[in-house]
Amino acid sequence: MSKKISIVLTGVGGQGVITAANILGKAAVKAKVGVFVSEIHGMAQRGGAVVCTVRMGDVSSPLLPSGTADVLLSTEPVEALRNICYVHKKTKVITDINPIIPFTVAVGGEQYPKLDEIFKEIRSHAELYTVDALQIAKEAGAVITKNTVMLGALAASGVLPFKPEVLLETILEDIPEKYKDVNKKAFECGMKAVKKK
Amino acid sequence: MVFIMTEITEDKPGKQILLLGNEAITRGALEAGVDVATTYPGTPSSEIADTFSMIAKEATRQKKDPGFYFQYSTNEKVALEVAAAASFCGLRSLTCMKHVGLNVASDTFMTYMYVGSRGGHIIVSADDPYCHSSQNEQDNRYFALFGGAPMLEPTTPQEAKEMTRIGFDISEQLHLPLLLRTTTRLNHARGPITLNAMQPPRKKGFFKKDPLLVTVPATARAKHPVLLKQLEEAEKISEKSPFNEILTIGKPKDVGIVTSGVAFTYVKEMAEELNLNVKILKLGMTHPIPRTMCEKFIKSCTSIIMVEELEPFLENQFKALAFDIGADVKIYGKSTGHFSRLYEYTPDIVAEAFSKIFKVKNPFPKPVHSLLKAPRRPPSLCPGCPHRATYYAVKKAAPKDTIYPTDIGCYTLGKEPPLEMADVLLCMGSNAGMACGFSIATDQKIISFMGDSTFFHSGIPPIINAVHHNHDVVITILDNRTTAMTGHQPHPGTPYDGMGNPAKLIKVEDVVKGCGVEHIEIVDPNKIKETTAAFKRALEFKGLSVVVSKSPCILLEVQRKRKAKEDIQLYHINQEICKRCKTCIGRFGCPALYFAEDGSVHIDTAQCNGCGNCVQVCPFGAISAEGST
Repeated sequence: MSKKISIVLTGVGGQGVITAANILGKAAVKAKVGVFVSEIHGMAQRGGAVVCTVRMGDVSSPLLPSGTADVLLSTEPVEALRNICYVHKKTKVITDINPIIPFTVAVGGEQYPKLDEIFKEIRSHAELYTVDALQIAKEAGAVITKNTVMLGALAASGVLPFKPEVLLETILEDIPEKYKDVNKKAFECGMKAVKKK
Repeated sequence: MVFIMTEITEDKPGKQILLLGNEAITRGALEAGVDVATTYPGTPSSEIADTFSMIAKEATRQKKDPGFYFQYSTNEKVALEVAAAASFCGLRSLTCMKHVGLNVASDTFMTYMYVGSRGGHIIVSADDPYCHSSQNEQDNRYFALFGGAPMLEPTTPQEAKEMTRIGFDISEQLHLPLLLRTTTRLNHARGPITLNAMQPPRKKGFFKKDPLLVTVPATARAKHPVLLKQLEEAEKISEKSPFNEILTIGKPKDVGIVTSGVAFTYVKEMAEELNLNVKILKLGMTHPIPRTMCEKFIKSCTSIIMVEELEPFLENQFKALAFDIGADVKIYGKSTGHFSRLYEYTPDIVAEAFSKIFKVKNPFPKPVHSLLKAPRRPPSLCPGCPHRATYYAVKKAAPKDTIYPTDIGCYTLGKEPPLEMADVLLCMGSNAGMACGFSIATDQKIISFMGDSTFFHSGIPPIINAVHHNHDVVITILDNRTTAMTGHQPHPGTPYDGMGNPAKLIKVEDVVKGCGVEHIEIVDPNKIKETTAAFKRALEFKGLSVVVSKSPCILLEVQRKRKAKEDIQLYHINQEICKRCKTCIGRFGCPALYFAEDGSVHIDTAQCNGCGNCVQVCPFGAISAEGST
């Protein structure tokens, strides 16, 4: 396979962005697709901004050139905006709509832009899809399945070089038996819930 | 039979699994039958040791033998010495650390090369270009040159595993410890790994006495030429090493690229994307470089582009080689301004340099910029972090202009507003040494800070210095019962070790007392008034006082409560009492507190860890306990 697929995952330290990237990597290995994942640990974990890149197919490098992401998947709206350098007009930006306000807003007097403005800005650079992962996870039965919802949304985007089932199977592997059903439901709801804005 | 726990310990040659670069190094060591692994934790190296620890703890829990001994040593120097002794007995050992850790271990490192190893010994240095989580971005390849260690530089997690596995053989062949030099982008990259068979460990060694192990001057003089001879042998290995190879992209003629480490991955992909016709000399064994191979490569080129992150380590050696053989070759790199000595490289940086050198169009669009500014989101002390309470209390006690030397750990995050409780930082343990110096140089008050793990690492000698010279300073030990920043590793102040065995707990205050400190205050920082009073007394005391501010890391505390099914207290702000004075946000700075759009202050229960310190901070008594999770 010569096609390269680049996914950028962003969010806030503690949201499980690194775990999501790891799951995507494992799914690719399962599907026998080449994969290279890059993460940043350490200082990012104390509530800081987190960026992971997942590249699949015939790739040599763990990082992608600017403006070449196929998908920018963000678990927080302003983090999608922060990483806008990775997108081009056809990039699918899939973001959760629930803000986490950084402390610099309360303490440093910085501004958290209005959601509509964030979405408008992203739409001027790329295709925007939004997911209310919190609400969907609640409906599925557990708030903790937010990232499963987001991965479902990613699977629905059609950019992954394997079937959504492979990703779902990989997610469920590391989950205790009693939470498997709720995660399955969250994934399926995530697949349906993604809305083009 | 090696203990089997997860995929990483499975003896299934040929199986492909996804591993983090750091995990791949651990796997490589297990495949080589490593006997002893030691470390002092430090990002980006931590997961190498944490993986050993995780395997050992699980084996201990199941009353099985993990097959190796593992230790979180008190510092990198001790870690290197523990593993060196195992090597002297013929055992295979691995010592891992972050790049600046090798500065701490360098005293041992430099003379260790003269003495040489017996059982294979891999020293992993995890460098951090861009200083993602470090105080500098030094290029530790110079340590290989400086000390005379053979060195391997992997480009992918798969290669990291292979280099570790084969590195043990190279180390044994040369009787030299081998430096495995990695960078953050490799340590924290995940890729598919093809497993090799596991070799059984040797378990017990035997120390054969040898007068040449005692480096008195006469021995050292005798051993230095031996080291140089060993390096000649190392060069022969380098000439034949499969880690040094030439790849071709397109139809190359006389243009070459020389590269190493993660930069190779950018070079390969960008050379393909830009449709270049080049040959790439990929160097995996970068000390000693394979001179003959490199000379041949130089002779076959009219121009060479050097692509390596940080310092011109290879570039300068290639220039020297070109000069020696009188080659007519143009060398592009850092000295021609096409590449920088700063930070990490990216595909963009490499593509841009190639497009200039080869005069081809950069096919990638210029990155778009948002017109809307995203608020900064730097890491911060967690809600409920006891360090915040200590800092708040100190601020209440100390006069303006007090100097706050700080150290390496979560508490460095106290630098950010509104606390701003970090004035100067050099390296591990530097807080207390600098405190001594400030007390000589100024009449300002000095309160320095270090964590408990830092205290055991390198904080004790400067305290002894302060006692002996009667420096009038306050040294604070923020004792949160763990090595928090790097992922909650144990240290000598915890009642268990890295293998999950019970261990002798050494109390910070006992050591401080043993050093001869006369004024010691032990406080619970969550009692802010009492802590402030203790710091006032410490400041009034003429001479050295030490404050041990003791409270467990809130993340561990929450974890413990959840496990024990204890409630976590929630807090509520009474909007009728709240005067919006902003003390809780603007001075204390807990990230769980926020302003609503109407300016009222609230507590985000999802973020609150239930420390209750905001209750003490509020001047109007507007915050109270209410409910729990």
